[in-house]
Amino acid sequence: MALAPSSIEWALAVVFLPLAGALLCFLAPRRAAALGLTIAALTAASTLGLTLEVVVAGTQRTVLGGWGAPLGIVWLADGLSVTLMAMTAAVGVAVSVYAAAYFRDEHTERAFFWPLWLLLWTALNALFLSADLFNLYVTLELMGFAAASLTALGGSAAAVSGAIRYLLVSVLGSLFYLLGVALIYHACGTVDIALVAACIGDAPRPAVQAAVGVMFAGLMLKTALFPFHFWLPPAHGSAPAPVSAVLSALVVKASFYLLLRLWIDVLGGGGRWLAELLGLLGAAAVIWGSVLALRQERLKLLIAYSTVAQIGYFFMAFPLALAGDSAAWTGALYLALAHGLAKAAMFLTAGNLMRFGGHDRIAELDRAVHRLPLTLTAFTLAGVSIMGLPPSGGFIGKWLMLEAAFRQERFGLAVVMLLGGALAAAYVFKVVGHAFTPAVRSRRERKIPAAMEWSALLLAVVAILLGLTLPMIWPLLQIGGPAAALSAAGAATGAVA
Amino acid sequence: MTQPVFWALVGMALVVIGLYGLIVHAHLLRKILALNVISSGVFLVFIALARRAPRDGAAISPGPDPVPQAMVLTGIVVAVAATGLAVALIVRLRAMTGRTTLGDEADN
Amino acid sequence: MTPPGYRQGDGRNAGGQAETAAGARARGQIPSWARASIALLLLALFGGLALAVLSLSSPAPGLSEAVAARIGESGVSHPVTAVLLNFRAYDTLLELVVLVVAMIGAWSVGTARGCGGDTPGPLLRHLPRLLAPLMVLAAGYLLWAGAHSPGGAFQAGSLLGGVGILLCLSGRPLPDGLLGWPLRLAAMLGVIVFAALGAGVAALPGGSPLGWPPDAAKALILSIELAAMLSIGFILAALFAGGRP
Repeated sequence: MALAPSSIEWALAVVFLPLAGALLCFLAPRRAAALGLTIAALTAASTLGLTLEVVVAGTQRTVLGGWGAPLGIVWLADGLSVTLMAMTAAVGVAVSVYAAAYFRDEHTERAFFWPLWLLLWTALNALFLSADLFNLYVTLELMGFAAASLTALGGSAAAVSGAIRYLLVSVLGSLFYLLGVALIYHACGTVDIALVAACIGDAPRPAVQAAVGVMFAGLMLKTALFPFHFWLPPAHGSAPAPVSAVLSALVVKASFYLLLRLWIDVLGGGGRWLAELLGLLGAAAVIWGSVLALRQERLKLLIAYSTVAQIGYFFMAFPLALAGDSAAWTGALYLALAHGLAKAAMFLTAGNLMRFGGHDRIAELDRAVHRLPLTLTAFTLAGVSIMGLPPSGGFIGKWLMLEAAFRQERFGLAVVMLLGGALAAAYVFKVVGHAFTPAVRSRRERKIPAAMEWSALLLAVVAILLGLTLPMIWPLLQIGGPAAALSAAGAATGAVA
Repeated sequence: MTQPVFWALVGMALVVIGLYGLIVHAHLLRKILALNVISSGVFLVFIALARRAPRDGAAISPGPDPVPQAMVLTGIVVAVAATGLAVALIVRLRAMTGRTTLGDEADN
Repeated sequence: MTPPGYRQGDGRNAGGQAETAAGARARGQIPSWARASIALLLLALFGGLALAVLSLSSPAPGLSEAVAARIGESGVSHPVTAVLLNFRAYDTLLELVVLVVAMIGAWSVGTARGCGGDTPGPLLRHLPRLLAPLMVLAAGYLLWAGAHSPGGAFQAGSLLGGVGILLCLSGRPLPDGLLGWPLRLAAMLGVIVFAALGAGVAALPGGSPLGWPPDAAKALILSIELAAMLSIGFILAALFAGGRP
């Protein structure tokens, strides 16, 4: 290896390091936590290396096996993919620190959490890097299996049944996606994203429409877009806290990312009808998810329904972007990033409260604010970002989308966004309010390790700070935008869309 | 209708039949079987269409396209892994609750 | 895809009778008009998918020429093996990882409860002694044949998995010395060898990840396939057993 690693080595590291770490943790379960933490730090460092490489030199291509596009598989690291990898790394490090404390006394869970979690990280990075539709299918399945197994680690009947439902949905979604890949391969003779994008205009219309239909249906199922959200609350609500954090913050984003890639890079902005449908479902998800979140009595389910609502916002960008308004995409991506950080922080705080009082019933939070001030601060800061108040990342994302909605006079969408924010404020304050009031019954109390409080707080603070870093992240998101992807050559360029 | 197209249509029919089974049956083992029917359908579509006549002016046909075959082989292994994992989870659910269907779980 | 929020009644009874009763109740939750409309919707879906297939009946684009043109550099002569272990080797690596994830997931859920059956009958007690060596031999042949004709690591691995299941069914316990890390290593050997070689060749001058140098490709592919076969066989048997040892 040369003194300064090249982009190929960074890309190799972000996939192979967590993979090697997972295998090591599985081989030496007793040292799993120490090994896992080390690997998490190294993976995050490699992600940073790759991100800097992309910032400096533009989109990075890695030709696996040296064969090149139609015959072999290509990795593509552009602004969009490294941004999501960076979010994964931020959440990943915090969750790893948290999990080391969370699972300290539970031998079996610890022995299996670390390999599965590092494999999930492998799958996420592999998914964000891949520029090959079939390879993406394999990474989707890898992610789904790791996520479902992690859900079952909760051990309760609810967790196992949530995991089964999740696995069934995940496999069904992937199979739909694969059916689309099969049709595209037989229409275009390739599964490389750039080459497919170049051919899709001349391919037989019905085949392309069917392929897009089944692929989008499968990915919507996996992203839990209303009305396909039924599997999400049971799975995210019954998994162990660090797992819920990862599922809500990262796994759901991965399938959304893939939808976005297909929409922008393959379809070049896609059809009007489909965009309007996605926007409508997104709006319904915002309202439905928020109302149900407000009605929950258990904290983790409230947070899970809040995820259902937040996913809705991402999809409302589809109709807004139709007019070529790239600010709508940036807004949705910003929301996705902010949601990833804030939602992970929220689930981690829920884990603290659950361990502290032995339950997560909102009405019995019993002055938790006096006893776990750091945890409640983290929850409130994360809530600020979820509501979309300044100066949080959530505010910037919502602002960009609202601006786009007003510019295009889509007042219906704007009203839904504002209403969703108000409902979010209502459910966040419902929790905070109960944390200030004494409960009728007093509960057992367990000490919370400092690592579990601080990791949640740091994530929430980053979600807030994200609002101040727009000047840095905006240009990063533009690196290798749609314009670059549409040219089949796709050489290492830093074209600005 | 050529043979590849016929078998691809059969594959699509399997997908739809499997989907019906997945929706209407509550027993989890049946759901797993339904998913396997769907995946067989997808694989059949993928493989069958690879036998279509090659592009005009192509060199002497070197046989059916090997790339979809390799992809389907990968898909089969993934499907086997999914089935194994799902059955392990179902066995666990049954050991804990005596049920082999999904319902509303009571809070634990 | 059960609708959210339908009740299952009392599910705490474990008897087979109660199972079917609960199943029938659950099935009763989907009235026949709903089933009919589901069927109609799916029929429409089939119509759309069939149209898609029919629109593809024109001459096929594909990669058979590209594969044929470069198979000489791949180290094997069978096109499917060349795609699996050279052109698209990365897919195959991830697929081995998928198997490992499934096994770790199954192990995390609980301990294996043996392969069913109380005491194996005379057939199961004696047959493995005869069959197991033959199956291992056949697996070895399939592995070797994969380079030039149908066969390869997955077919051979499934056969080995069959051997494992047969031994498990015949009630032969694993030796205690194997129960710790040797077993775990066996499951991961394929991924370890594959990933280590794949990352290693990237360090060669002018090399790329998973890019086998043409003159070493045959040996590299065969060693990967050997390790993959062992892991696949082991993981399939472990998934059959259904939990950690």
